[in-house]
Amino acid sequence: MKLIVAIVQPSRLEAVKESLSKVEVFRLTVGDVQGLGRQKGHTEVYRGHEYQVNLLRKVKLEIAVNDKFVEPTIEAILKGGRTGQEGKIGDGKIFVLPMDDVIRIRTGERGSEAI
Amino acid sequence: MRILTQLCRRSDGVTYSSSSLSSRCCRLLLPALALTAFCTPALFAEDKPEPLPSDVKFMVDNLWVLLSGALVFIMHLGFASLESGLTEAKNTVNILFKNTMIICIGLLTYGLCGFALMYPGFEDAATGFFKFGDFGVTRAADDASLMTKEYAAYTWYTDFFFQAMFAATAATIVSGAVAGRIKLSSFLVWSTLFVGLCYPIVGSWKWGGGWLDAKGFYDFAGSTLVHSVGGWGALVMALLLGPRIAKFTTDGKVNYIPGSNMPLVAIGVFLLWLGWFGFNGGSVLSGDAVSISLVLVTTSMAAAAGGVTAGMVSWFVGKKPDLTMALNGILAGLVGITAGADQMAIWEAVAIGVVAGGLVYFSVVTVDKLRIDDPVGAISVHLVCGIWGTLAVGIFGAKAGGEQIVAQLTGIASYAVATVVFAGVTGLIIKAVMGLRVSDDEQVEGLDIGEHGMTAYHQLP
Repeated sequence: MKLIVAIVQPSRLEAVKESLSKVEVFRLTVGDVQGLGRQKGHTEVYRGHEYQVNLLRKVKLEIAVNDKFVEPTIEAILKGGRTGQEGKIGDGKIFVLPMDDVIRIRTGERGSEAI
Repeated sequence: MRILTQLCRRSDGVTYSSSSLSSRCCRLLLPALALTAFCTPALFAEDKPEPLPSDVKFMVDNLWVLLSGALVFIMHLGFASLESGLTEAKNTVNILFKNTMIICIGLLTYGLCGFALMYPGFEDAATGFFKFGDFGVTRAADDASLMTKEYAAYTWYTDFFFQAMFAATAATIVSGAVAGRIKLSSFLVWSTLFVGLCYPIVGSWKWGGGWLDAKGFYDFAGSTLVHSVGGWGALVMALLLGPRIAKFTTDGKVNYIPGSNMPLVAIGVFLLWLGWFGFNGGSVLSGDAVSISLVLVTTSMAAAAGGVTAGMVSWFVGKKPDLTMALNGILAGLVGITAGADQMAIWEAVAIGVVAGGLVYFSVVTVDKLRIDDPVGAISVHLVCGIWGTLAVGIFGAKAGGEQIVAQLTGIASYAVATVVFAGVTGLIIKAVMGLRVSDDEQVEGLDIGEHGMTAYHQLP
């Protein structure tokens, strides 16, 4: 079992959700985050002064998957998360983390069935 | 209760004990009063009060029109709140900047040339299409009679103030319909031309004593001259501009782009209703108690009817009661009564509001189906209900009749053609020279960053 954490562009969220549902991944957690990376921030102007803002809004997805779903999930996020045909700097990253256990709160099930 | 008791005492001439008196009076008076309130617009026409000394009357008339101008100004708070609330947070600074500039540009252009274009003093009303009075608002400095009752029930400056506030409201109707994708510079150039030239020239045809006035066309406070003119501008620009990229997909789906702040939407609509007391109340253009009180009641009843109708229609046709529809319904009722607020009995005002409330719901749905992106429903509220309100003057109220319907239709058609041509030609020229849309990237990032380099809601310090 793995925990897949993906940082994607907010404008690609709908496309990512759609491509995930096509590979039968229907359970995920979505959060609002800010990040900095190779995509330069932007210059803001406020009351006569210029400021560099390098924190940009992104969306973070957390998906717990069984091993055989890892590659399809990654492919789906790549497909939905790329801006345009070749993608752009700022499209994000996917992290694959090992996961010790997963438990369903309602029933107490553990392991693969709880995913 | 106390008032009813006093009425009974005076008419009888004998004093009864208050409890039996009030219950007897209530049984008779309350239903009778309720009926008359709903049916007759002018109650005691025979009992004319003693006329005020003319300088006091001048003062009172003037004060009411000035206060009404201030109330119309409040509509700009309403528009700013409503538009910010119904659009995405990433465009908020842009929307507010447009609203800020429009009131300022509106006032300045009206002072420069708008007032003189709208009220040029046509010699012969029947041929009054275009005349330019004068540049500027300095006439009063040379002509003292413009500040006395020789000019009107109010001073020349009051006239300018009240009318200038109206001009800016017509322009700001368009800013909601083009939100989220229009280039700021193009919008400002277009609006300056629209409020500086189009609005006053077509407005002179009726309020300036021009050819439509001679034909008997009636628009009490501007269902056509302000609301449908703004509405046609909104429609033309929304068509020339195209939708936001996220709004419609190629497979025909309509996407839901939620507003960012519902409390602001509600506050905005209630501020607009408050402002409308001046918009309609001040259009009486004097302190006349009978007209103003009638107009404020018809205005409020139409608003109430529109709100309930749109809210209920959204519930039963749309499955869930929709706050934004109910609020749009209030505005629809207000726009609908604006052409004839002084002509309607209260039940007629309610009827006009009900129809407007129904119209606005189906119009919003239809505009979406036609793949026209109107983030705030400006086309449905101002254009569709503006036309309805204008027609209603021929269907309900003291002026109802076939001849009036023809006059109203003539006016509706003329304003449609003139405004669409002006808005379309200027829009196309600006589109070719400056471009109308921001880039897709900028739209995604938000116009606040792209056009202004600042955000409205800073997330982290």
